[in-house]
Amino acid sequence: MWHDAKVVLFKDLAVEWQSKVALRQVLPFVLTVVLLFAFGLDRVLINDPLISADTVPVAYVAPGVFWLAVLFSSVMLIQRSISSELDDGAWDQLRLWGLDPAGVFVGKTLAVAIQLLIIELMLGAVVLLGFGATVPNTVSSWSLIVTVMVIATIALSAVASCYAALSAGIRVRETLVPVLLLPITVPLLLASVQAWQGALTSETAVGWAWVRVDAVFAVIYGAVGVLAYGALMEE
Amino acid sequence: MQQALVQSGPAVHMAGVVALLGTFPALSGFDLSVARGEVCVLSGPNGAGKTTVLRVAAGLVPAIRGSVHVLGSDVRADRRSVRRHLGYLGHATGLYADLTVEQNVRFAVQAAGSKPGSHPQPIDRALTRLGLDGRLRSLRVAYLSAGQRRRVALASLIARNVPLWLLDEPHAALDPDGRNLIDELVREAAASGTSVLVASHDLERAGRIADRVLTVQGGRVAVADNVA
Repeated sequence: MWHDAKVVLFKDLAVEWQSKVALRQVLPFVLTVVLLFAFGLDRVLINDPLISADTVPVAYVAPGVFWLAVLFSSVMLIQRSISSELDDGAWDQLRLWGLDPAGVFVGKTLAVAIQLLIIELMLGAVVLLGFGATVPNTVSSWSLIVTVMVIATIALSAVASCYAALSAGIRVRETLVPVLLLPITVPLLLASVQAWQGALTSETAVGWAWVRVDAVFAVIYGAVGVLAYGALMEE
Repeated sequence: MQQALVQSGPAVHMAGVVALLGTFPALSGFDLSVARGEVCVLSGPNGAGKTTVLRVAAGLVPAIRGSVHVLGSDVRADRRSVRRHLGYLGHATGLYADLTVEQNVRFAVQAAGSKPGSHPQPIDRALTRLGLDGRLRSLRVAYLSAGQRRRVALASLIARNVPLWLLDEPHAALDPDGRNLIDELVREAAASGTSVLVASHDLERAGRIADRVLTVQGGRVAVADNVA
């Protein structure tokens, strides 16, 4: 499995390296989303003296905006990943080369996760700066931030890979993937937002509790992908 | 765990195969046996079931009735193992438009976990043989013509050194030189013991490379003709 996962991972990263879709299209899109959120929440966050800063502190808003943008990124990245397989029959070739389906799943999941993490680093900086949120300068807060990013990103990539494979042979795939993916990731989104809010408000104990939800999600969808990807690829 | 493939017996053996595409019976009691090192061409009109025969042999379309053995193994039971030992060129080339010619061929070799065979540099040899060396080698597939893409897919196939080729309309989209090259490659492969099953509606071309031509009609073999 690991050999096949490595081959698929490097191939997917090479496709991205050549096309730069993540950096040239996905990143600008999600930065625009964040910017629009900033405009939309302008009165709440900055200007309106009638809304107290204590009522809606940025520490509660910024994580929500960040993780929604990450979710949108994951939809675009997985659509791109599966399109490159389907455009000229490469999906059939993956099967015909006798690749271990679990390896294909792991490779594609890690490739999406790596691209997503790179986007998150830039997005995170923009959200924190743009919304004026600050991370308490403690090891606990920063380690929580990083841990959530890694675990939630892997979980999100695993879920996205499963649903992309499920919809691979369907003509309305482009619209079906978001419809399937977005509702199922609500608990993941919620947990990641709560965990980040914990980190930004120095309530890290609460945040770490939410990390467990992300971890459970990653384990469940990792196992589902490893076990079911063969059936998904053959359908 | 992968099974070791049987080295003797027919490369492809189908008996009484029934296969459906949706609810349409694409094959209805199809029988076929391709010997090791034989070039067998399936001919017939569009929609006769030629492509489905290749896809059943590759395990891409399931046979709902009958038996399918490829390289001595039951395709249903040892699908992954069988697939690692065959090369399939279909209507689609299976290439990644954003990767270069060399990256595509290298990925095919690595993905299939192929043994390089007697030649120390199978990728270089394959690219040179298909006329894809030099500047073309580092060009992205997105910039290639349909015929050139087909050459890249063929290079991926011959670089893998597999004992069975399944070729679906291999001459399609190729110029006269390319078509002649395909004929040469098929004859060379057969001479080295590779079995080749070709689907083609071009009977004149088929006659040049085939040991045997089977005319398929309505999902069955209508006429069998030994050429060689």
